[in-house]
Amino acid sequence: MQVPAYVEYEKATSVEHALALLTRFGPEARILAGGHSLIPMMKLRLAQPETLIDINGLTELSFITVTGGELRIGALTRHAQLLDSAVAGEHFAILHDAERVIADPVVRNWGTVGGSLCQADPSEDLSATFASLKATMVIQGPDGTRTVSARGFHTGPYETVVAPAELLTEIRITIRPGCGSAYEKVGRRVGDWPVGAAAAAVWLAGDTIAEAGVGLTAVGARHFAAAEAEEFLRGAPASEESFAEAGRIAAEHCRPSSDQRGPADYKRHLARELTARALRRAYVRAKGTRHVSEPKG
Amino acid sequence: MQISVNVNGADYARDVEARLLLIHFLRDDLGLTGSHWGCDTSNCGACVVWLDEIPVKSCTVLAAMADGHRVRTVEDLAAGDHLDPVQQGFSECHGLQCGFCTPGMMMTARWLLDHNPDPTPEQIREALSGQICRCTGYENIVRSVLWASKHEARQHEDGEREAGA
Repeated sequence: MQVPAYVEYEKATSVEHALALLTRFGPEARILAGGHSLIPMMKLRLAQPETLIDINGLTELSFITVTGGELRIGALTRHAQLLDSAVAGEHFAILHDAERVIADPVVRNWGTVGGSLCQADPSEDLSATFASLKATMVIQGPDGTRTVSARGFHTGPYETVVAPAELLTEIRITIRPGCGSAYEKVGRRVGDWPVGAAAAAVWLAGDTIAEAGVGLTAVGARHFAAAEAEEFLRGAPASEESFAEAGRIAAEHCRPSSDQRGPADYKRHLARELTARALRRAYVRAKGTRHVSEPKG
Repeated sequence: MQISVNVNGADYARDVEARLLLIHFLRDDLGLTGSHWGCDTSNCGACVVWLDEIPVKSCTVLAAMADGHRVRTVEDLAAGDHLDPVQQGFSECHGLQCGFCTPGMMMTARWLLDHNPDPTPEQIREALSGQICRCTGYENIVRSVLWASKHEARQHEDGEREAGA
């Protein structure tokens, strides 16, 4: 029988209250959102917080809105809510692509977007997704609010810039015209972590790629991104050749390691192929913004 | 810590450790052993219950997280001797063999039909994709949910006809 070790528990009633509790209980306290990563880790003693601060009651952190030219996603938004959100899918189809392949429907019912990001598992799908969209993370602390880029959010596996007394409150993505985005993942079975996955976003000016974002999951990419591939794509023609070359560059610069999910060379192959596929699909969506029917699943 | 949870319409107040998992609270503290404790790793789905109308894996939720909320378990599906159509479907279509995964399968299936009364077999498979049947009786589980869907549609039509008559 796997049960978490003894732990204290506090229920936060507001963001301010959660921050006060974090300050009071110090660095051995952990925020409990959906708990679908934290509780399994506590069962295995990979995490042993002294205090859990439950933020499930903070409805003010559960929202998906468009304001000020940005899509804003509250940190406590459940995966299922993001998958169901028409406005999120309309602007950034990649969010639905990624959510559809995160765990399984019942886990998605309770696991949260912010929880996944803060867990910062190297195989977690949303980090690369938000990296490709060049999202901004909003972090609140005792001294106020600060923002960091999605790429500046992670400092290593299972580590983020969120300080012990801080809380990730929302994710913002700037909405700009001509955008298309897509996520491509290969896993061993339904609901599993990826062997490898690629996230792509393109912003077109005619048939030229004005701006591109390429994210990579589970293949040892720095900041979950393929910066060299993005650099190549910027200003390049939106063509099959460009997508293939971007895939080649992305694969060259990532550093996958062999594990039970597959050997490094296979993962590198995936980085190349999935980057090209994601770019292709992102391009199709950008061209037909909102009017291209996409295959389900 | 003191928690109070509404389970299947009844209020329960109990003193529990914060680390107590919801599945153990239901089974050991309340004696509601219909929900099964399976893999312990949120993979198998035998422990699925509803938390405020949403199916969750209760091996990965703390009882403390249910404090002040409503929980619905498989014990609440039948109304007295009258089985829920999902239960009837599992009976009619041999939707269970050993029965271990059944409570979780039925709670997710009930939720699916409440939100999508006429699902395709693919939609049923997707909805149940987080739940494992070690007997591998998936074909009959999908048939059972389809049976329940058709049965409810028939009941609905009959009800409309009677109301119109």
